[in-house]
Amino acid sequence: MLKQLFKFKGGVKPPTNKTQSTTLPIAGAPIPSRLVVPLHQSIGGTPRPVVQAGDTVLKGQLIGEADGWISAAVHAPTSGTVVDVGMYVQPHPSGLDAQCVVIEPDGRDQWIAHAPFDYAHATPDAVRHYLQQSGVVGLGGAVFPTHGKLTASKTVPMDELIINGAECEPFITCDDLLMRERAEDVVRGIGVFRDLLKPKKVLIGIEDNKPEAAAAMRAAVNALGEQFLVVQVPTLYPAGGAKQLIRVLTGKEVPASKRSTDLGVQCFNVATAYTAWCAIATGQPVISRLVTVSGNVQAPRNYEVLIGTPMGELLQLGQPHPDTDGIVMGGPMMGFLVPNDTVPVVKATNCLIAHSERLFPPKAPEMPCIRCGACAEACPHELQPFELYWNARARNFGKTQEFHIFDCIECGCCSFVCPSRIPLVQYFRFAKSEIWAREREKNAADEAKVRFEFKQYREEREKAEKAEKLAKAAAAQAAKKAAEAAAIAAVESPPETPAPAPTEATGNTPLPAVDPAQDAKKAAIAAAMARAKAQREAAQPKNTETLNADQARELADIEARRQQAGIVEARTAVPPPSDAATQKAE
Amino acid sequence: MSHYLFILVGAVLVNNVVLVKMLGLCPFMGVSKKLETAYGMGAATTFVLTMATGASYIIDHYLLMPFGLEYLRALSFIVTIAAIVQMTEMVIAKTSPTLQQTLGIYLPLITTNCAVLGVPLLNISNGHNFIESLLFGAGSAVGFSLVLILFAGIRERVEGADVPVHFRGAAIAMVTAGLMALAFMGFAGLDKYQ
Amino acid sequence: MDILLAIAIMALGAVVLGAALGYASIKFKVEGDPLVEKIEAILPQTQCGQCGYPGCKPYAEAIAKGECDINLCPPGGMEGVQRLADLLGREVKPLEAEEKPKQVAIIDENTCIGCTLCIQACPVDAIVGAAKQMHTIIAQQCTGCELCLPPCPVECIRMDTLTENIDNWKWKFPVIKIKPEARQAAPLEDAA
Repeated sequence: MLKQLFKFKGGVKPPTNKTQSTTLPIAGAPIPSRLVVPLHQSIGGTPRPVVQAGDTVLKGQLIGEADGWISAAVHAPTSGTVVDVGMYVQPHPSGLDAQCVVIEPDGRDQWIAHAPFDYAHATPDAVRHYLQQSGVVGLGGAVFPTHGKLTASKTVPMDELIINGAECEPFITCDDLLMRERAEDVVRGIGVFRDLLKPKKVLIGIEDNKPEAAAAMRAAVNALGEQFLVVQVPTLYPAGGAKQLIRVLTGKEVPASKRSTDLGVQCFNVATAYTAWCAIATGQPVISRLVTVSGNVQAPRNYEVLIGTPMGELLQLGQPHPDTDGIVMGGPMMGFLVPNDTVPVVKATNCLIAHSERLFPPKAPEMPCIRCGACAEACPHELQPFELYWNARARNFGKTQEFHIFDCIECGCCSFVCPSRIPLVQYFRFAKSEIWAREREKNAADEAKVRFEFKQYREEREKAEKAEKLAKAAAAQAAKKAAEAAAIAAVESPPETPAPAPTEATGNTPLPAVDPAQDAKKAAIAAAMARAKAQREAAQPKNTETLNADQARELADIEARRQQAGIVEARTAVPPPSDAATQKAE
Repeated sequence: MSHYLFILVGAVLVNNVVLVKMLGLCPFMGVSKKLETAYGMGAATTFVLTMATGASYIIDHYLLMPFGLEYLRALSFIVTIAAIVQMTEMVIAKTSPTLQQTLGIYLPLITTNCAVLGVPLLNISNGHNFIESLLFGAGSAVGFSLVLILFAGIRERVEGADVPVHFRGAAIAMVTAGLMALAFMGFAGLDKYQ
Repeated sequence: MDILLAIAIMALGAVVLGAALGYASIKFKVEGDPLVEKIEAILPQTQCGQCGYPGCKPYAEAIAKGECDINLCPPGGMEGVQRLADLLGREVKPLEAEEKPKQVAIIDENTCIGCTLCIQACPVDAIVGAAKQMHTIIAQQCTGCELCLPPCPVECIRMDTLTENIDNWKWKFPVIKIKPEARQAAPLEDAA
């Protein structure tokens, strides 16, 4: 079947370096010495840990509960003991740490009890919930929780479901081998997505440097009787970018302000489809993924690796050459050097490249920009990298946003072609993080202003209420006094000094007239004091049921001292500690 | 018709009031740091200059010349211009306070803009009639705005560039203005083709 | 005679123009001062009072009136001074007080006596608590103004500097080394 393909502007053709790692089939990586499983492995909320140090876990047991809708659960990759739930260095360019669950494997690799998901009878919402609980996230690199992308837009019907098997970045071949060896499971997974989204067409995009993978996928599609279309797209970096692949296969250009579902398109990676199907078919959550080990190694190959495997241990399987001086996570265009070799493999890790100066000669220092425009020609999003560069350099972040810096996918095409060897993507990353930081500050400042203004309003209101109350009380008091004085004046005989106006000071009034008022006042005061006293006596210490012996003794001493000082009358002794308290005594 | 066209082209490009006649350099240097202020200043000056040329022509032909008071030209022009600028300032303050803030002190300084006084005087020395005066005035104002906007655009870019320390700020701006003036010399003779 | 005519004409012109201007000044009168809002939008809303004014709005008003300088706000940092200078066309001056990294206050719960004095002092109501109940500071809402530290009678509040974590980590400005590494063989470098 001929399919008309579209082109996207820009793109580069770096040497692919893929043949090294496609000669051997996928191998299973052995269980490492320990597993460091980060809790936050997807975009969105950080899962909450549900285990603690000392717990025994089985393979596939939930260790991190999804927090919110955009979040995916995390599971134990093998059976063993939880050694620690703490902060460990992450495979992140910053080298900062985040919360991880460290598991020491017991070697038995024992699965938790699990059963295939009843897909045939499940509602779409149930399927999505199940995928979230199984930890299915996008394995193309963005690790977006897949269930969040499986709801069709209410307003725009889904035209095309695109499955991304392009794998355009050099060195990486995990999707290639996945399609070659496990095509049927991939196609079944695509079927699940098709059922949930109900598109008119399903297109599987594979670059034309992967003929075996395309053939395997076609065979699987035919064997399962599906109507999916396997399309080979021209090999060009970054044809595997979501917006680029959508453009090539459907001709639609997704603008920055819209999501692809607004144009009736959704895009998933082949590996995501595969893990979704595995979770449904076998009931096993996501605990491993395919990782290409390549670069400065003697035996480059694809491995099925447990999430949480330390990268150094994984790299050893490829037998790195002695001059290896670092590990790159990802490909040479978009990857980064990990802080050290103990960082774990996470769901986003698609490739480990052993770095050496021989293989990746250090870049010559940056030279001034000559405004040649090669970067603008290479940009797949038709941006102007040199404008972004000048403005990011000058810290003119408003102008960078005018030039659409947030459309940049950091693919690295511009840095690749720059004749002055300027690391353009680093400048863009700097500008983006500065803009985000400023936005956070501005939001915090706006919130603070709102709270400040509310506090001022609240204080005014309280003052006004207090003044009102005082005025009312004073008026009531005055009225009461007037009534009393009038009553007394009516009772008393005229020759006596006339009853004074109620507003005069009490000292002027003759004694008998004031006494009842003062007596009433005194009585009220005495009643109030008695009330307060009763309240004090009623206010027993509240948390005395779970005291241990030492605390009870201390309290008794304090009570004795207070009685001696005469602060308080002897009251009922503090109840003795209950049995429960003594049990918990440490 | 072509005569009027040549007057217009001459005023905008050939005899550009800033880069060829070297008038109005103060706002040219002062307001061209940002493109937004340049737009605003250009618009304000266009309005003032056009009004000023029209008013000056009327005053000169119907008030000064009949009574032989040509020696009061400069004085009366300045007074008229000052009044027009005040009016413009008030209108801008009412309609666009942001523009007033961004232009700042340069709005009332249009009064002392030698271009705004120079163009009416040039009109008289060139012997233009009313239509020609208006065209010349409007054209000069458009030329002023054009150069101001171009210069502001260049200055914004130069600010982010690697300028040697001692050249930063006013120095590189002057150099740029000089280069632009050289460039505008290329228009010489364009309005003489009769 | 001529001179009188000249004076008369000039006077006529002046009167006409003056009348026109007077009319315009009444018709185009502008109320309020939007500049204050713009200045306030630049200030960091910490309401700490370190500038000497009781809050960010009074400081903004003072700047708009021209009563004070633009470099009195430490939480805004040099960037705030720069933005104010850009807005107002004034020159950039270094900050009067030193610039401190962003801090939040934290109450030592073992020492707190529940007196509510800090709650009354906080300008953004970021402290939760009641009389004789535990007080605690909501870290996300604390602006680091330090107004709660003096009133506390048991000095149980301290300031914690915010550290970088993966969520708020920023990429650094790319710095490229141009100078080649000093050669090992050159003894002069070691001596120097």
